Amino acid sequence: MNENNIKFLEDSFKKYYFNHFNLIFTPQRTSEREFGYQKFNSGFFNRHISLKDDKELHLLFMQNIPSDVYCSNAYYAFPNSPMNEKDWKEADLIFDIDAKDLDLPCRKNHVVSICNECNEISKDTNQCVKCNSTKLEKKSLPCKLCINASKIEVNKLSNILIDDLGIDKENIHVYFSGNEGFHVYVFNSQFQKIGSKERSELVDYIMFRGAIPETFGMKKFKPNRSLFPDFNQKGWNGRFSKQVFGSKSKRSKIISELLDNGYSSFQKILDSVADNSGAKIDPNVTMDIHRIFRLPGSINSKSGLTKILCTDLSKFDPYTDACFLNDESVEVLANCPIEFKLKNKKFGPYNNEKTSLPTYAAAYLICKKLATIA
Amino acid sequence: MLVLGQDEKAKYPFLADAGEYLKDKGFSLVQFGSDPVLKLSVEKALHRIKVAAAGEVYKSDLIDGQASKDYVLEREVFSFLLAIVLIKLTGMSTLIKRFALAEARRAENYLEKDLGNASNKSKIDLATRIIYDLFNIEIVKENDFFVIPVSDYLIHSVTFHEREWKLINRHVENGKVFLTPDKTVRLIRKELGNYISSKIINAPKPSMIPGLENIVNELISLSKKLTPTYTITTGEYPPCIKHAIDVLEKGENLPHSGRFMLATFLLSRGQTVQQIAPLFKNAPDYNPRVTLYQLNHLAGTSGSTTKYACPSCEKLKTQDLCFITKECDNIINPSQFGKKRKQ
Repeated sequence: MNENNIKFLEDSFKKYYFNHFNLIFTPQRTSEREFGYQKFNSGFFNRHISLKDDKELHLLFMQNIPSDVYCSNAYYAFPNSPMNEKDWKEADLIFDIDAKDLDLPCRKNHVVSICNECNEISKDTNQCVKCNSTKLEKKSLPCKLCINASKIEVNKLSNILIDDLGIDKENIHVYFSGNEGFHVYVFNSQFQKIGSKERSELVDYIMFRGAIPETFGMKKFKPNRSLFPDFNQKGWNGRFSKQVFGSKSKRSKIISELLDNGYSSFQKILDSVADNSGAKIDPNVTMDIHRIFRLPGSINSKSGLTKILCTDLSKFDPYTDACFLNDESVEVLANCPIEFKLKNKKFGPYNNEKTSLPTYAAAYLICKKLATIA
Repeated sequence: MLVLGQDEKAKYPFLADAGEYLKDKGFSLVQFGSDPVLKLSVEKALHRIKVAAAGEVYKSDLIDGQASKDYVLEREVFSFLLAIVLIKLTGMSTLIKRFALAEARRAENYLEKDLGNASNKSKIDLATRIIYDLFNIEIVKENDFFVIPVSDYLIHSVTFHEREWKLINRHVENGKVFLTPDKTVRLIRKELGNYISSKIINAPKPSMIPGLENIVNELISLSKKLTPTYTITTGEYPPCIKHAIDVLEKGENLPHSGRFMLATFLLSRGQTVQQIAPLFKNAPDYNPRVTLYQLNHLAGTSGSTTKYACPSCEKLKTQDLCFITKECDNIINPSQFGKKRKQ
């Protein structure tokens, strides 16, 4: 990224941070957390930082003007020591739901390919249209469908957390990640102290992975129709019934079909339950108990949007509710073959052209490498 | 502290304080080497170890968990305590492991019966108390099931490889897992085994008891036969690793978890960082400096000096990196692929 772009982003981010300290605060038990940050154009990750309170955090923002700020979900005795000396105590459960993992058909309409060799920008492709290179960087400008599909996954996850895993609703906090999805935090649960392997099992439960036919009534030998799940059952039995039987009146007929089709084809039914009813979370994120996550209230340098708490998920619109940079006009050279909407205003497409944009839109494009300061 | 009845001591002899028990009964260890009546207990102890070494569970003389006569009960407890003494005298860790596992399975049978005994509340209470006191797991009876918190279930089940133990294959509701008595007890088998083996390991090593030398020597040679010899490796890569190499060769993106798997696997096969690094050359985001840094970190030659191990097959399944074939042959970690144990 060239120096003009960095200066513009640093200035815009700094203004935001200065004016919005009310949105940025340290999480509970601050002194037990590890913080980290990155600066623009620096591959270096400043990690293993410990902070006492909001004041120290705000100072970090003002002194360093970071591109991204992170905080651990884990609690340590010595958060600023090297990883193997930190003395891990426990960690909040965290789930990441990202539109890019949902295989949505809309994605090809709003992904841009940037060639690493010749910098040519084109709509989604596997080979550069100019130099045929396959080394392409993909940038997505997620649409409303992506956000809505991600919200559906958040709701599936929340239901499983509450009904099956006994989590109190008040202890589930949903944040827009600042780019393509949501981070779901679970505080004060029975799972605080469990390790990575145990969290991986929870992931499989939530995603409905690894289910065997016997669990849902299908036996290999001497199958018995009375073993199949029913609608009034809790947990995955109930969800299985709703999806596979559809309605109570169809249950008996469908069980007969399942028995006729046999044990081995039952696995396909289980796969379809996983596809439809399992929550599509990123397994690696939940399994990692030493990760640092984008700090709520900070800006995501992939988009210029803010990671922010969603108090009413159904009404939440990231392109208005998480777009906090100012409206000051700025001249950019934009090359974005896709239209996008921010703060209820349409922008683009731009064909390598000079244009004047409000700061928030200019930052959005520059963060995605689709514009530079003119 | 649990207060045990006589029957319970016979069923769960590892809960009894060995020294105190012998003292209460008015015996010393030395007597077991010479007294012809007590020798019966020694023979029983030897039998108990041999059965365990063969991977089976010792069948006691108890009938329905109860001793018909006092001396039967005494012999049950003596033979357990003496077995520990004999194993300590051999100093063979293989015997400790096998004996602890077999005794855990024996106790498991009794715990299961006690938990499943719907008509006898005191038996259920004692079994749940044992589980709570020993392993800090609170089990509550709910109708025909025993329920435990999901987090406790995960901590204990996570090492099981059978799919039926995955949380998804259990009835889960409101933060609790519902288990039948047999599954409840199976869940703590390993801990029970660990508990018994730690009792053996921590017991003081007695000096040789005159008259028991031959038995101890017999056990030492039995134990030596049990130790597996060596493994042979075919050298072929498992399908997950082949797939990862394939992806990289095509210049496609291999996720971080895939790169971690590949690097740790190759390191475990003795390859050097310099040999491995070129594999990542075709990755879309290849940076030689970062690659070397990360490989050195995994190999433990920089940073924390922790050597990272290849993730288990179960973990790789979760990460969509498993491409299982028949050749995998029930391994639980890619690094075991192609290795055959030769007896």
